[in-house]
Amino acid sequence: MAIVVCTLAPLVGTTAISLSRAFDRTIAFADNVDAQVFFVARLPRVLAAVLVGGAFAVAGVVFQAFLRNPLASPDTLGVSSGATLGAVVVITFHLDTAFGGMSALPVASFAGSAGALGVVYLMSVARRRGTSSTVLLLGGVALSAFLGALNRLVQVIGDYTDVFRSMRWMMGSLDVGSYRDIVVPLVPMILALAAIATLPRVLDLVSLGEPAAESRGVDVRKAERVALVSASLLTGSAVSIGGPVPFVGIIVPHIVRLIVGADHRLVLPAALLFGGSFLVLCDLLARTAFGPAGMPVGAVTALIGGPFFLWLLFRKFR
Amino acid sequence: MSDALLEAIEVSFAYDPRGPAVVDDVSLAVARGAIVGLIGPNGSGKTTLLRLLSGTLTPARGAVRLGTAPMGSLSRRELARRIAVVPQETHSAFDFSALEIVMMGRYPHLGAFELEGADDLAIARDALAVTGTRALESRQFTTLSGGEKQRVVIASALAQAAEILLLDEPTASLDLGFQLDVTSLLARLNRDRGVTMVVSTHDLNLAASLCTTLVLLKTGRVIAAGPPREVLTRDHVRALYGVDADMEIHSRTGRLMVVPLGRAL
Repeated sequence: MAIVVCTLAPLVGTTAISLSRAFDRTIAFADNVDAQVFFVARLPRVLAAVLVGGAFAVAGVVFQAFLRNPLASPDTLGVSSGATLGAVVVITFHLDTAFGGMSALPVASFAGSAGALGVVYLMSVARRRGTSSTVLLLGGVALSAFLGALNRLVQVIGDYTDVFRSMRWMMGSLDVGSYRDIVVPLVPMILALAAIATLPRVLDLVSLGEPAAESRGVDVRKAERVALVSASLLTGSAVSIGGPVPFVGIIVPHIVRLIVGADHRLVLPAALLFGGSFLVLCDLLARTAFGPAGMPVGAVTALIGGPFFLWLLFRKFR
Repeated sequence: MSDALLEAIEVSFAYDPRGPAVVDDVSLAVARGAIVGLIGPNGSGKTTLLRLLSGTLTPARGAVRLGTAPMGSLSRRELARRIAVVPQETHSAFDFSALEIVMMGRYPHLGAFELEGADDLAIARDALAVTGTRALESRQFTTLSGGEKQRVVIASALAQAAEILLLDEPTASLDLGFQLDVTSLLARLNRDRGVTMVVSTHDLNLAASLCTTLVLLKTGRVIAAGPPREVLTRDHVRALYGVDADMEIHSRTGRLMVVPLGRAL
């Protein structure tokens, strides 16, 4: 019992810190600006940041555990690129209203992310009995490059305004117009998070290797399907809101593990909250530090994330 | 053979359905309380046979039975409560503590959202104590030495509280001291707790001193099975490894010793 309490305590610590940080920010805005600006302009954006950051971070945790590889993330597996391609196609060819006025963006980006993961996954299982994480990662890197090229190809076909829109969007932008932009992707996100909530102990075991997990009673094939589909769903939904915000999915899981340890019952919720607050802060910087025009949040996460990640690696493997 | 705790009946398996059988028509019975050793050269199917016995792989032909129940009729969870496995090597992708690794053995006993209780912790601590790793409990698993890791993984398997323990070359990467530690640990677990074991190994002297029965495998087939002194013969060692060897009874310990002389011509 003591061990459970002891391990839960740091979680409460981090969540309280990151939550209060997130809330301080919104409260400060409410005080400075009138309520209308707060609720109509700022809050959707902050909520979008929380959702996108949390979703990328949790997806990253799941990919890293299942692939037993610290480099796995929505970015490196091609899942982000797939989602991006789906969205860029929708933007460029004006398919936004294809589904009776509802935006096709979330659907397209989920289809893209699931498609990308599907390709990589099939490639790796076709050759052997299980999933080889090296094949998955290498395949993801190759697929990322290929899909990136397709993205640019689609942009070349499109006209200037569309290209500007999709470019801006590809850099990652949380410039959501209304609550509706968030609510639609929220549904698949909640479904995916609910599915992942059943998995933390399985993720612990799987990170020791498939045979170890199986011999302790985990149905690895089934858990793998649930986990990978959920993580792609999260990635696709997050991309449909904010574009392929880079680095959150790979850096947040590592930071969180440094703080709360390896136990996924702590890592998953902490990643959700920390990822959310991290992106809120990055978005805050993006909005304020670079003049009224602002900067895409993706540029900020990469600018902060890159060097910070290098420092982290240096410190850890010194 | 019907009183066997774990039994393989004419089991065959191939990873590639069109390829050669890795395990070919193998029958073996593990009696309650026995320590069965699987002996054979690299690639003889020892690891695959262990995976078939643990239910991780399903045989292409034949059947594996746990008591009277066919493997296929038991869920992964039910299996894990009765059979624990110690793989050749365990790598952790993340920085789990030794205690966390051992606590993972409790997984098949817990509901989906159930937290480990005081009993589970007591069982895990006991497993650490039995394997002499109590002092390591808060150490990071990845920072432990090979022998310490192996004992922590055995502790994790013990925490599973299964009646059968399957071990794949448990001493393969250990130095002489740790080899002795692990061997005497296994003997003690068998004697004091009645744990039934199947152990694959390349160490013939270990097999001779630890096991009650040996099963000799070559290219997936059983070439002999029985008590160590009956099956560890010159002819068999030559057939298995292409090595000439002498068998001696060590004067002080009374144990069977296999002394390799050289490659058989």
